[in-house]
Parts: sequence; C-alpha cells; structure tokens
Amino acid sequence: MFEDLTNKLEIVFKKLRGQGKITEANITESLREFRRVLLDADVNYKVVKQFIDDVQKRSLGQEVLTSITPGQFIVKIIFDELVKLMGSAHTEIKFSPMPPTIIMVAGLQGSGKTTFCAKLANHLKSKGNFPMLVAADVHRPAAIDQLEMLGKQIQVPVVAERGKNAIETAIGSIEKARKAARDILIIDTAGRLHIDEEMMQEVETIKQRVNPHNILFVVDSMTGQDAVNTAKAFHDRLDFDGVILTKLDGDTRGGAAISIRAVVNKPIMFVGVGEKFDALEVFHPDRMATRILGMGDIVTLVEKAQAQFDEHKAQKLEEKIRKAQFTFEDFLDQIHEIKKMGPLQQVLSMIPGASRIPMDAEVNDKALVHVEAIIQSMTKEERQKPQIINGMRRRRIANGSGTSIQEVNKVLKQFTEMQKMMKTFSKGKIPNLLRGMKVAS
Amino acid sequence: MGFFDKFKLNKLKESLTKTRENIFGKIQNIISGKTKIDDEVIDNLEEILIGGDVGVSTTMRIIENIRLRVKKDGYQDTADIDSILREEIQKLFMNGYTENGEPFSIPSINKPHVIMIVGVNGVGKTTTIGKLAYNYRTNGKKVLIAAADTFRAAANEQLEIWAERAGVEIIQQRQGSDPAAVSFDALKSAKARDVDVLIIDTAGRLHTKVNLMEELKKIKRVVQKLDPQAPHEVLLVVDASTGQNAIQQAKQFMAAVNITGLILTKLDGTAKGGVVIAISNELNIPVKYIGVGEKIDDLQPFDNKAFIEALFEKAS
Repeated sequence: MFEDLTNKLEIVFKKLRGQGKITEANITESLREFRRVLLDADVNYKVVKQFIDDVQKRSLGQEVLTSITPGQFIVKIIFDELVKLMGSAHTEIKFSPMPPTIIMVAGLQGSGKTTFCAKLANHLKSKGNFPMLVAADVHRPAAIDQLEMLGKQIQVPVVAERGKNAIETAIGSIEKARKAARDILIIDTAGRLHIDEEMMQEVETIKQRVNPHNILFVVDSMTGQDAVNTAKAFHDRLDFDGVILTKLDGDTRGGAAISIRAVVNKPIMFVGVGEKFDALEVFHPDRMATRILGMGDIVTLVEKAQAQFDEHKAQKLEEKIRKAQFTFEDFLDQIHEIKKMGPLQQVLSMIPGASRIPMDAEVNDKALVHVEAIIQSMTKEERQKPQIINGMRRRRIANGSGTSIQEVNKVLKQFTEMQKMMKTFSKGKIPNLLRGMKVAS
Repeated sequence: MGFFDKFKLNKLKESLTKTRENIFGKIQNIISGKTKIDDEVIDNLEEILIGGDVGVSTTMRIIENIRLRVKKDGYQDTADIDSILREEIQKLFMNGYTENGEPFSIPSINKPHVIMIVGVNGVGKTTTIGKLAYNYRTNGKKVLIAAADTFRAAANEQLEIWAERAGVEIIQQRQGSDPAAVSFDALKSAKARDVDVLIIDTAGRLHTKVNLMEELKKIKRVVQKLDPQAPHEVLLVVDASTGQNAIQQAKQFMAAVNITGLILTKLDGTAKGGVVIAISNELNIPVKYIGVGEKIDDLQPFDNKAFIEALFEKAS
C-alpha cells in the first residue's frame, strides 16, 4: 500500500519538477494524495480537511529551494505541520508538593488502562518513587484480580476492596497511601462508553472527590474516526491532562493521535508499545508523524539521514566502501548513526518494500546492542584488521562484551560478508547497508 | 416473525439509532433544500461514509457506483439517493455472505462443534465468549469453554465469571501454561463428556507479533490431532471503534488461522458499522454476530438485511 503511495507521489512530483514556485495548481494534486494518506491512517475527516486547507494556504507562493523539488518541499511542510500539531515539548507527570501525587486513569473498555497503570507504576518505581495502585474498576469481572496480579509482578502494593464501590475505594486509598508512605497513587477506573451516562457520572464523581493531580486518558491507537467523539466526551467531563496511546506495537498508522490532539489540544504523554512492563515510551511527535504519513518514502529517510549523518563522514565512508576499506570502526560509526534516526524497525519501515521484512525476522535494537558491545570489546588494531582476531582474542572479546564466542564468530563472519558485498557495489547506498545490518543482527 | 425476533430487531434498531442519526440524519441535511444530485451532494456523501470508518477505497467504490447509476439510470432526485446508497452497501455485503441458518445452531455432524475465538487485545473476546456460550446453552446445547488465554493476568478469573453467568463448564490450567495443551485437553474432555459446542478462548494478540501468531497456528494444529476438521469455526472479534487497521487484522488472522467469520463488538457506542462494510467488501468474510451491550444476552446474529434496514429506517 505504501509503495503505491510512493509511486503516486512520484508521478505527482515529476510534474512539479523544474517549477520554482508553488502555485495553487501544482499543489492541489499532491495534497489530494496526502488527504487520502491521512484518511487511510484514520485521521478524522474534519481534521484532515482543516489540516490540508492550512497547508495549502501556508505553502502557496513560497519560493522553492533550488536543491529540492516543490513536491519534496510540500512533503516537508506537511511533515513539519504534523509534528507541530502533535506538540513539540514532552509533558511530564505533575508531582504534588504534598504526597501522594494522585493519577487517575480513564478510557473506553479494552483500551488498555489496567496494563498501562501497571506500566506507569513500574516506570515511576524505577525512577525512585513509591507508587501504589488502586483497583477502582469494580464493574468488569476479575479486573481487580488482574490489577492485583500485575501489582505482585512489579512489586507495587494494590488497594483492592471487594464489595465497596469505586468512589469509596478511590477516596479510601488516599489515606492508605499516606499510612503506607507511598508518594504516588494510580487509580485504575472502569472502562466505559462515553455515552454511558451512569458510568461517566461515576468517573466524574471520583474526580471531584479525590482531586487528582493528573488525569490521563487512555486510547487505543487503532481507533478510527470515532476517536474525536470519545476524546471530546471524556474531555468535557474530566478535562484530562494528557493522553496515552496504547498498542502502538501493531501496524496501525495511528491517525487518532492527530484527531485527538486537534480536538482537545492536550499532549500525548506516553505510548504503549508491548505487553511487557517496560514497554512504555515517551511520545515523539516526529516519529508519530512519520508513522501516520506511512512514509514508505525514501524522501524522509534521506532527509533524516541528511540531517543526522555528518556530511563529511558520509563522503569518507563512501570512499572507503568504494575502496573496500570498511573496518569495524566504520561499522560502529554506522550503528551510532542509525541509532540516532530512531528505532531500527522504524528506520527499516521507511524503506520502500521493507515493510514486509519484519514479518519473517523481527528486527530489534537489542540485537544491535550486542553487535555494538562486541565491537567495543575489540582493540583498535583488531577493528582495523579483523583478520588478526584469533581464538584467544575471540574469547577475550566474548568475555569483554558479555556475549559468547559463537556470537563473536557470527559478527565476524557477517562482517566479512558485508565487506565482500560492499566490493560489489560502487556507490554506498543506505538501504544496502541496512540490509547488511539486519543480517548481522 | 416471532415475538423474540421482533424484540431483537427492535434492540438492534435501537442500538443503531446513533449510526442512523449520524449517517442518515446527515443525508437529510445534505439534501434539504436540494432537489438534484450534484457534486456537492456526492462530496458530502463521501465525507459521511469516510466519517463512518468505511475507508477511502470502499467509499470511492460506493461513490463511483452511485455516480454511474445516476448517469446511466438518470437518477436526478436527491430523494433517490437514500435507496441507491442502501442498495450499493447491500451489494458489498453480499460479498462472502452466506446464509447463517438458524442463529446459534450447529451442524449435528460435528460433535463437538469447535469454535476458536481470536482477536487483538481489548476487543472483548472473553465477554463475547460468555454471551456466545449463553446463547448456545439456552438453545439446548451442551457447552464447554477452553480457557486458552493463559497469558493475561486474571483472564481465567474473568472467563470463570462469564462461564458461571452463562451456566456452562470451563476447562483451565494455571496461568502461563501452553494454550495448545489447554485446548487439546479441553477437546479431549469435550469428547468424553459428550459436549455439543467447545469454545476456545485465546489470548489477545496483535496481528503483527510473529511468535504469537505462530502460537495460534499451533493451537489449531494440536486440536486437529483429535479432530482433523476442528476448529469448525474460527471467529475474529473486531472492536467496532477500530479504524482501517481492522482490515490488516482480518488479513493477518486470515493468513494464520483461516478465519471463517467476524464478530463486531461494542456497537452500542457511537457512529460505527463502516468497518464491517470495508471488511466484507475487501476480504469476503461474513459478519456472524454483533455485540450491542454488556449484558449476557447482548449478542445477536448479524443479519445484513436487518442491519441495513435498521440503518436506513428514518428516525421517527
């Protein structure tokens, strides 16, 4: 699907090539394609309309830099506007000077509230806080059991009072936190439809009675057009402080992020990216914009690479590759450069055609860490001349990097293969390099 | 039509009122003051369909068909658009649609009739299984549930409560055990206990997780050791508020375990239904049931005629 888009855009861009100024006529066509991209990504159609109109106005009459085409220029404007729309600054949890800091978590059924509560508790605990979880979902069968089990796994106490209603449980938990000297209270509320008056009343009452310092709205990143309605309904009742996007480890484009931001203007604070407790990440608007645009588009990769690769280094590298003098030092540099661009899976996904790769081999950054450690455990001489690495050196490298001799052998073998591969092409191309990396990992 | 059916139909209509108000209330708005179908009417129609999560390509297809018909058959009056739209959507539904037969009935040759329930996290699999079990039981079938979601904390406890509400038995092992083994044991004891319907609950998994999709295939393989025809049905549960990603979900689950039908849940919220059209159209997978509430009898066999009928009935 993304390749399809890239092709279409290329056709549009071709027509635009050679024109020095953006005119209404030459952007209408490419904006129509972008409109479709955004709609396919589940951005609400009203938000899309507004957004495209804004971009059109903003880009009209602008001079295009000589180095790029008007098409690329529009891509950049759209990308920048998306990032801006989703907010540039990261927002943190507000801490109360008088502990406990109360965090209330609300959202629809199945959005992932309970899992998020546990992840957040785990995150805060690792930062030196003493969180306490409150099971205020008294409606869903076994929701209290679930939170208790999760609490046990991350070793965080859980307030669970079967038989009491959600409001009583929430109010009572404040005193319990004080007595147990816990400085953070995370209240897990029941999932509810935003049109369920009775349940919305309940969560509103909890808010009024416990006065939370932070109210977080949890939303499934796969949500479609309806995201604006739910976000607005919850916002009208709770005036929440931040949004949590869950299940972003799937392949959803996550247009809901834009819709919500546009409708309620509250920051997205965290994203959930897996089922493990540490699968919680700070939100990056630029990564999200890339994802929503589904830039299976080499343009972004080039743009990102251009910004982050040191021009000079790149030239040197190209020279080295041409002369087949690629050493482990360069390999290490490459790993660092690629890490700067974001998670490897995401970098890969930007390469047209690579979107299918992760299905048969899950690429992860952890694999890179091992490779990095192995190279770092080599001496300078070894990095320059890998052929001198004998059995004894291999054992030392394995010990030094905390890996095994087998892993060291694998990296060495793959490095040799990469060197061979590089001899075969005359120009250093990033996609090829990456493919080499993937094999190596 | 018996009283019960009528009751159900009314409930369906009621739960779809919001969709109807949204889509067809809007149609009324578009056409009020207009008597001819022009570009503006068509554009607005497009927005409404996309706003209902029908998706760009399906919407384009519907719009294109409407345009062609307007041109060919000379429809001019905006009053016609309601009926044209209804027909076009129905056409898309007919892809892959097979007569369901009696709701909650099963072919007698399968003993037990094995139903595997799959889906991504948080769509309402466990709740749906409770409702499904209840419906089969009240239809006079002996039902057994296999608790093969051995991953999520307290999944067993939640399923136990639903099984109790439905008045059916459940086979489970402790959390973390092999879901394929649980399913195998469950089918074995279903055979021994002369059970009619075995429903296998699986853990929610994102369709992009290779290992978890492999695990699902394994459940199917292992169950087939006891009955080569099993599972007779593999139902994918889809949350009605899901956007275009539902199509990816359907594709991936289809590739892994060959799903035979869809269950659309949480249809009691606002403005949904579009996903169903897109999936029916693009993948030819019939929608079997819809979930319209949190009570145990809030699961209904999906009837596309009634669905569309209810959808198009003017709010009174």
